[in-house]
Amino acid sequence: MRLYADSAKCSGCRACLVACSLNLFQESNPKKASLNLIAHFPNPGVYEMKVCTQCGDCAAVCPTEAIKQNERGAFYVDFAECNLCEACVPECPEEVMFVRPELANNAWKCDLCGDCVNVCGTGALWIAE
Amino acid sequence: MNGYGGSILRVNLTEGKVTKKPTPAQMARDFIGGRGFGLYLLFKEVPRNADPLGPENKLFVSSGPLSGMLVPGAGKCDWTTKSPLTGGYASASMGGHFTAEMKYAGIDSMIFEGVSANPVYLLIDNDKIQLLDASHLWGRGAVDVEVELKHKYGEEFQVAAIGPGGENQVLYACINHDFGRQAGRGGVGAVMGNKKLKAIVLHGTKSVPVADLEGYRKAGMALYKACKDAEGLAEWSRYGTTVVTSWCNEVGALPTRNFSAGSFEQCDNINGKAMREQIVITDKGCFGCPSPCGKYSSMKRYNTRVEGPEYETIGLMGSNLGIGDIQDVAEANRLVDDEGIDSISTGNTIAWAMECYEKGILTQADTDGLELKFGNTQAVFTLIKKIAHREGKIGNLLALGVKRAAQQVGKGSETFAIHVKGMEQSGYATHNATAMLLAYMTCDVGAHHNRSWAITYDLQVGRDRVVPEKVARVIWLQNFRPMFDVLGSCRLQWVELSIDRDLYPPVLEAITGIKRSWEDLEAVGNRIWNLSRMYWFREIDGFGREWDYPPQRFYTEPPKTGATAGQITKFEDVQRLLDIYYEQRGWDGNGLPTSTTLQDLNLSALVA
Repeated sequence: MRLYADSAKCSGCRACLVACSLNLFQESNPKKASLNLIAHFPNPGVYEMKVCTQCGDCAAVCPTEAIKQNERGAFYVDFAECNLCEACVPECPEEVMFVRPELANNAWKCDLCGDCVNVCGTGALWIAE
Repeated sequence: MNGYGGSILRVNLTEGKVTKKPTPAQMARDFIGGRGFGLYLLFKEVPRNADPLGPENKLFVSSGPLSGMLVPGAGKCDWTTKSPLTGGYASASMGGHFTAEMKYAGIDSMIFEGVSANPVYLLIDNDKIQLLDASHLWGRGAVDVEVELKHKYGEEFQVAAIGPGGENQVLYACINHDFGRQAGRGGVGAVMGNKKLKAIVLHGTKSVPVADLEGYRKAGMALYKACKDAEGLAEWSRYGTTVVTSWCNEVGALPTRNFSAGSFEQCDNINGKAMREQIVITDKGCFGCPSPCGKYSSMKRYNTRVEGPEYETIGLMGSNLGIGDIQDVAEANRLVDDEGIDSISTGNTIAWAMECYEKGILTQADTDGLELKFGNTQAVFTLIKKIAHREGKIGNLLALGVKRAAQQVGKGSETFAIHVKGMEQSGYATHNATAMLLAYMTCDVGAHHNRSWAITYDLQVGRDRVVPEKVARVIWLQNFRPMFDVLGSCRLQWVELSIDRDLYPPVLEAITGIKRSWEDLEAVGNRIWNLSRMYWFREIDGFGREWDYPPQRFYTEPPKTGATAGQITKFEDVQRLLDIYYEQRGWDGNGLPTSTTLQDLNLSALVA
């Protein structure tokens, strides 16, 4: 299972980012979300969503084995074991592996909780095989 | 403080000094946020008789406790000031992502005071706050400036900027954000321009504290579920506000040729269907919105793009100008956005000028040679630029707004200047819709629709009936709907998707830790409404009943065509509406809140 995004349906509202941060960090903070929304305005006037495909490349390079698989089969960061080395960041083909030391003492990524899908009103996000 | 950014930012532009203080708990208790904060601060901080375009006036930008949170449409930002257009209270609501960014930067309100000697912009990156030179941005369009500042600081930064209209202090200049969202009404952009503040650039990465995290998450999710389950979601999201265009045309509410009628023969070329099929390229939502009414459009004929047009712009810059082509309307929309002038006031004022021209009151000697006939699209495009730059005789005249322009021109043109209290009426023709007419007459900023959108109620109970229930409905809407602007989220999920409004108090309580029912919230709404009323009395000598009269056209000139042909509101009904309204509000015969009313609302000390 993984998360899918159809950028053409995204209206750039960022509800998914708030929902994500709430689940991942128990905080209300869209900057601490594991989806990436890029707005290309005024030209050409499109939104671009980037989401984790659960490819596992991040886990493969993690020297502390902090990136593990949960019961949903999704790779997640065990916050306690992450040492912020950033080895995972360049490995991520979708640019959704996040390290921002000013915001958190650990890397973070999508753990497939599904809350982003629950708040998306335009059907731009869904979970499937 | 749970649910709040926690601080009030004060920017003194005369001294170039920025200070920050904790948000007063008492202000949060009594006025909650957003529009409530703005009005309270305006009343308290701006001295009586301050020149709206002078150093004594201030500009207040406020978020609310729901702004930026897991609440549908939590992107409403309030801009309050003393209006240069009306001389009274101005509060403009802006969508987009600015208010959320404020919260995440830890700011509830920004206060801009004084006047800078040179153009500046304010850069806020969490706690790092600087006033920077904006001379290279001055004179440039709002879109262009946003592009440059976003490019310079990054995608995560949010920008609010004025265009030339604000710089030149056009009395209805707006403030632009997110390539198509505006704080549009009352001339807030002129105040920003007077202060020589070109833009605000904002970035916040802090978490907002909440009282009950799990309760908040559950209640927020319940709101989203209600929106997603709503029957009307698909249609609303497809057309946004333009969904009402054809309906308005059918019921005679679509402003047509300076509100001389309420139905437009070319409506099919500018309605929601025409827009969606011909120009829309993507939906564009405000912060956290599951039902985006924002549409981003591409006009092939002009090779340009714009967010919009919204219904109001279609009404005022389409049918009201006799323009029956969606690409033309959208291009006019793009021009007013980039020039930084309010599309409603611009369309209304140009329509008045067109009627003057067609009646021979204005000639080509007055219009700098423009043939100002209804439907002349090119003349409209030229005029938009002339107004924003205060260029020529006609640009200078129309930059004053329709009330002052009509006073200056005279010759009977005042009778078809469609405004209340000096604010140009927005997109509903009200020849025979007494609840909507009363809503416009008594709206706290002038003839604006969003406080009390009562036109459907007119159709429900009989459009020409003047009965206490109708007035009570208008008052209830005026107390209730603006509370969304106080809380900092959008009302349209309730209005358009008909979600249960009782889903809101639990999320507000979980976020702030303070239990408030809708009854409690409406009481705050009532207090705010009365305080804004007192502001008009405080600022305008001789303010009173006559200031609540509607545009003369609606009680003297029945439309000749369309759904409301031959229909009109009698002036005696206008008076009856006011009598009942004042009585129900606890105001005297001149519309002044009585001392008992003020006492009951706990306002006596504040207004003393």
